[in-house]
Amino acid sequence: MSNLTTPVGRAAGRADGPSPARRAPTGHGRRTGRSAARRRDRWWALAFLLPSALPLALFVLLPMAGAGWISLHEWNLISPMSWVGLGNYTELVRDPATLAAFGHTLGYLAGYLPLVYVGGLGLALALNTALKGRTVLRGVYFLPVVTSWIVVALVWRWLLNPSVGIVNWTLAQIGIQGPGWWTDPAWSMASVVLASAWKDLGFVMVILLAGLQAIPADILEAARVDGAGWWRRLWSVVLPLLSPSTFFVVVISLINGFQVFDQVYAMTGGGPNGSSDVVVLRIHSLAFRYGEAGTASALSWLLFAVVLAITLVQIRGQRRWVTYA
Amino acid sequence: MPETATSSAPGLAPTGAARPGTATPRRPRNPRFDVRSVLLHVVVVLGALVMLFPFFWAVITSISPGAGLSATPSFVPTDPSMSAYLELFTHLPFARVTLNSLGLAVVSTLLQMTTGAMAAYAFSRLEFRGRDVIFAVYLATMMIPLQVLIVPLFVEMKYLGLIDSYLGALLPTVSTAFAVFLLRQAVNQVPRELDEAATLDGAGHLRIFTRIVLPNIRPALATLAVFAFMQSWNSFLWPLIILRSPELQTFPVALQSLQGQYTTQWDVVMAGSVVSVLPMLALYVLAQRYVVQGVASTGLK
Repeated sequence: MSNLTTPVGRAAGRADGPSPARRAPTGHGRRTGRSAARRRDRWWALAFLLPSALPLALFVLLPMAGAGWISLHEWNLISPMSWVGLGNYTELVRDPATLAAFGHTLGYLAGYLPLVYVGGLGLALALNTALKGRTVLRGVYFLPVVTSWIVVALVWRWLLNPSVGIVNWTLAQIGIQGPGWWTDPAWSMASVVLASAWKDLGFVMVILLAGLQAIPADILEAARVDGAGWWRRLWSVVLPLLSPSTFFVVVISLINGFQVFDQVYAMTGGGPNGSSDVVVLRIHSLAFRYGEAGTASALSWLLFAVVLAITLVQIRGQRRWVTYA
Repeated sequence: MPETATSSAPGLAPTGAARPGTATPRRPRNPRFDVRSVLLHVVVVLGALVMLFPFFWAVITSISPGAGLSATPSFVPTDPSMSAYLELFTHLPFARVTLNSLGLAVVSTLLQMTTGAMAAYAFSRLEFRGRDVIFAVYLATMMIPLQVLIVPLFVEMKYLGLIDSYLGALLPTVSTAFAVFLLRQAVNQVPRELDEAATLDGAGHLRIFTRIVLPNIRPALATLAVFAFMQSWNSFLWPLIILRSPELQTFPVALQSLQGQYTTQWDVVMAGSVVSVLPMLALYVLAQRYVVQGVASTGLK
């Protein structure tokens, strides 16, 4: 763990390595032996690193640069590329479909984040008490997390089927006319949010539960002795001390939220009428449906830049609200 | 993490059982008779049933032929039948599809473990110039989402002639920075005295790696294995793009394509969903601890 802060560890290693005071008594023999071992280490390092470095270079770094290069061209993946400079980017920024896709993605996050956070927090608080069978309960809540997005999307598409789905049937029993869910442009994104929140609730719960367990019991005890009630303790003690976990959940949710694809693809296909078209779905259709690889690559870079910027802003902004005990 | 969860760390625990206004910091002796506690149990168990309901409903639908034709659902199928499962494995190519997915997941997992452990050893135990810079580059690749890479990756595979091949689906998954990162943390915790003792006995790096480091990082390898398997088994976007012919398709892609343009055989789709969940369910039951750790430590799902 201490080696995680590599620069420091390395500097320390260097400082006592070549320092003359330490080297003097060991003499030259030892020194050349050591550097020979180091030279040998270099070859070993190459051998040990190559199997992981080569695929990463070929299938992550190279395509990353490739995406940048392609984004500066007009290209349908078949005929020769033609240089358009930043044309794809300016075209994208002006394209209402791009803005709509970012808007839908934000809408997704606006629905999804409060749902999973409040739900996950409630569950974590409940499971953090002396509850009977809480290991089993935690297992049940976590089960959707390991299920694939496609299965989640298909099962929810079936549950939310407007005419023969169980949800609308149940609503009808109590006299409510259920909405058209994924067939209705006004409800398609809500359907995706519902399915996604169901899948990720257990994940948020596990993160927050770990955070809760790290809160020292005597702090809570002290607050209780001082006469703070349940809400007061939650608001003034638990939530501030839980803020690092909350921060993690928010950052990860935003990163994953901007990349949402599988469940939308399988549940609504971006429809109806593009009402649930999200950014990655748009990248996919631009490249593989409309043959606009250049624009698709530009959009993927744009997405990466947005996610990176938001993450950096959050990391900078965390000082304002994240308390590290 | 699960062990710490079972150890009774109080957290907010006292609050559930606390009586308002009591000045003594002691909890009621028998929380079982506490109304709040009972209420909490009821709410949490009801919540769990709600969470389980979609799975339950998928199973019920899968054994109800003609599900979706009638607007009144029946919780107990009137005429239960395994025909949807038969359909999957006889008329539809799901036997082949299952094998494809299993094969890709197993090979991808094994390779990720191998390449990851080797790199972890290098970063933890070997000294070479630029080590920290290289490690930083590894970590940086974790930041790059697959979605950014799909178009150029597709182009690259086209040049390599690997479109519509297992190799094309597999190659981008054989090495991940996450594996390296996770395993390096584990290797760092293996006491260096063990290596030094082995070195004195004349062991080289290969011996130290296979005989000392690998056996000592088994829990981390298990976490990685479960996680990598899950990633591969559930992956959708890349297989969707790279694998074209039906006989090469992976489970999620084939499952998604069962949805008809106009009509969908819901019993078959749900049967496929149930089958698709089974390996993860088995893995989850057998190694819940590692699954939860793997997911929680990355935030990747």
